[in-house]
Amino acid sequence: MTKPIGVAAKTRQIVKKHGGGKSAMIAVLQDIQETFNYLPKEALKAAARAMNVPMSRVYEAATFYTAFSLKPRGKHVVKICKGTACHVRGAAILQDRFETTLGIKPGGTTKDGKFSLETVNCVGACALGPVVVINADYHGQVTISKVDKIIKKINEEGAKS
Amino acid sequence: MVNMMIDGKKVSAPKGAMLLESIRGAGISVPTLCAHEAISRSGACRLCVVEIRKGNRTRIVTSCLYGVEEGLIVDTKSERVLNVRRLVMELLLSRCPESDVLQKMARDMGVEPQPRYAADQDKGKCILCRSCVRVCEEVVGVSAIGLFSRGSCKEVGTPYNEKSEVCIGCGACAYVCPTGHIEMTSTGDKRRIWGRSFKMQACSKCGKFFAPVDQLKFISKKTGASMEELSVCTECR
Ligand code: SF4
Ligand code: FES
Ligand code: FES
Repeated sequence: MTKPIGVAAKTRQIVKKHGGGKSAMIAVLQDIQETFNYLPKEALKAAARAMNVPMSRVYEAATFYTAFSLKPRGKHVVKICKGTACHVRGAAILQDRFETTLGIKPGGTTKDGKFSLETVNCVGACALGPVVVINADYHGQVTISKVDKIIKKINEEGAKS
Repeated sequence: MVNMMIDGKKVSAPKGAMLLESIRGAGISVPTLCAHEAISRSGACRLCVVEIRKGNRTRIVTSCLYGVEEGLIVDTKSERVLNVRRLVMELLLSRCPESDVLQKMARDMGVEPQPRYAADQDKGKCILCRSCVRVCEEVVGVSAIGLFSRGSCKEVGTPYNEKSEVCIGCGACAYVCPTGHIEMTSTGDKRRIWGRSFKMQACSKCGKFFAPVDQLKFISKKTGASMEELSVCTECR
């Protein structure tokens, strides 16, 4: 039986994979987030120590990029594009729909840990606007009824597994 | 040496010097907040702007970061310079309305709070110049503090706003801060800074509390000097 590996140990593996230097800090943070779904405090501290970078520098980077989250996020991270193109095509209405259906505001996570809501500024697919990105899937020309379908589908998948 | 004209005066300066030093060397005053001799330059406050002319092109530059050049014609008080400086001051003032340092500077420049910039109430006196972060990293060498988040949420502090494990309570950040944003209070054998309380060392000769014990331990570890040697204040040494 393999022992479950701790947050700090896993983080040290990630740092090592990237060569151990501080020049790979962003890549390390991305990997940590990929692994734990957010940036746990313990991981940031372990990463700082392993890269020999002050914790204050690591925390600066972690709080600067909106792509990083310091709070645990839901299994499905819904990112509503609020860039200019998506905005004029009704992103606000979609946001409203997600907010009322899921009962959370951007930055929040549903109690069951299933959904997190975030807004982003242009994901580079303006022609498909309004765009909603869920985990790694891009949904284009999203309408209110599409929002309802997307949520329903995810909920049904969850019920099966 | 390079030769320049600053406000109509002939000024020569060593290669590699910054304009700010040459201007002040010529007896001309320029307002600054973030340029400090102890730390590297960041060009954060933008108050030190001047106008430079090369041939028939003019430009506004931050004098604290602009290297001297042969034949440069510098104007530190042109209408254009004063306009930019006033705008910068108006913005700084609306960010930190409670800063007495900024209030005084503004008064000296004839700048009043502008109703079109809503005054911030939650930024304290911090102009985000990063001077404190730099001195902690470059001079002290512990990097206890940083500027976190971004945009209008950006603020100075310790990671997670927690008591720092690496801070030695030296107070260099409070000393270097141009606006007095960082609170440090020393009472008797205690010093408080960044939410942490430090025990102060009493001088073994005069008995005065003169430095945090953690700072002396840090110096001892770095220089090899014994704690006995370091427990004498600078006046009794
Ligand atoms: S606390 Fe002071 S020194 Fe530090 S960034 Fe703010 S204004 Fe600058
Ligand atoms: S604005 Fe939404 S993808 Fe560009
Ligand atoms: S003194 Fe030059 S930008 Fe602050």
